[in-house]
Amino acid sequence: MLTAALRKELLLQWRSRAQFMAVFVFGAAALLLFSFAVGPVAELLRQFSAGFLWLGLLLSSTLTLAESFHAEMENRAMEGLLLLPSNPRALYYGKAIANWLQLTLLGIALIPVMVVLYDAGTTRVPMLILVIALGTAGLSAPGTLYAAMTAQVTSKQTLLPLLLFPLIVPALLASVKATSLIILGDPMNQVRSWIVLLASFDAIYWSLCGLLFGNVVEE
Amino acid sequence: MYDDNNRFPRLPWIILGLGIVFLAIGSYIGLFVAPPEALMGQVQRIMYVHVPTAWNALLAMTFAFVCAVIFLFKSDWKWDARMEAAIEVGVVLAFLLCCQGAIWAKPTWGVWWDWDPRLTTTAVLLFAFLGILALRKFVDDPARRAIWSAVATIIAYVDVPIVYYSVRWWNSLHQLQSSPSTVSRQFWLPLRMNAFGILFLMTAFIMLRARVASMRLKHELAPPPVLGEMA
Repeated sequence: MLTAALRKELLLQWRSRAQFMAVFVFGAAALLLFSFAVGPVAELLRQFSAGFLWLGLLLSSTLTLAESFHAEMENRAMEGLLLLPSNPRALYYGKAIANWLQLTLLGIALIPVMVVLYDAGTTRVPMLILVIALGTAGLSAPGTLYAAMTAQVTSKQTLLPLLLFPLIVPALLASVKATSLIILGDPMNQVRSWIVLLASFDAIYWSLCGLLFGNVVEE
Repeated sequence: MYDDNNRFPRLPWIILGLGIVFLAIGSYIGLFVAPPEALMGQVQRIMYVHVPTAWNALLAMTFAFVCAVIFLFKSDWKWDARMEAAIEVGVVLAFLLCCQGAIWAKPTWGVWWDWDPRLTTTAVLLFAFLGILALRKFVDDPARRAIWSAVATIIAYVDVPIVYYSVRWWNSLHQLQSSPSTVSRQFWLPLRMNAFGILFLMTAFIMLRARVASMRLKHELAPPPVLGEMA
């Protein structure tokens, strides 16, 4: 059932790939705008590059997440899905994994933009991708749960970030710290401990949100 | 089905009065009787409200979390009303806590704000619970509103220790917690008085607010009037 749900989500995302492109352009534009907050000082931009990357990713993720239950809200499709002889948890994990993959892809796509704009190159690319994957996992687990709630409310664009942003502070903090250590150099070898923190945050949220999703969608 | 909290209609008012008395006596001792602290001088007197506010803010949030868990298991409306009350009172206390902290920090640390674990966690908690109150305002269906805000409360509360430890690893400067054993007797008497004063005020406010919430719920959940009776 989980694979079927995941397949459905990935198919939906593939068919709406124009939306992914739009979100990517939004993220890249955000990265461009952030540099105006600092001014054209190459050294400072490089120093803040990790923070800018994650803020750009965070802002873009609210667009992706807020839209992620769009299809289910049309023609009361959600009720149809819930009538299937399966656990709503499978629906949740299918959606959350699909969102996670999309956000990871978005993060990877934003790396070159960051490297070019902020001169923030690194040789530890696999490590950077690992941090992006773990950080976006921390965004997508609670993000998908809250999107399921806010999708049914009129002002979802306002409410989702309001609920999500305070919650993902630890994930954001750990991601920014790990990313900036990767980019700026890591003499004390601290990246590992931040990655462990991120992974444990992910573990807590992926299990807790899956557990509570049934309550959110049941009538 | 729902309880109006009306078995003891006067009880919250009595507790409220008790709280005001305790807070008045505690603040009087704290402001005029207790000696100024050796290192920080008069500024330190804000501790007599700051520390009790911190304890009680956390207590209110914990109570909201307990209400949320019980509501999800028992689906009894009175726990929804109590949760709403506890979240609101907790938000007010957390906001006061941030303000008092800023007033204390400016003369002591020289800055209004610092990225210390407890400060940051309080601010994050404040925003998380404000978000839940906003969610409650946007959802009209009482059953959905109750379940969703219970879910959000549980998640936000579980987040608190994670935020605390992640910020702690990230940066730290705040003083270690004061407890009666690290504070001399002259200081702890007003501290205790105020702690109970704020505890009583908080309890009374939660009870009164829960009463309002359950009255609203009763109104929302009432079956629509029969056509014949309307005429």
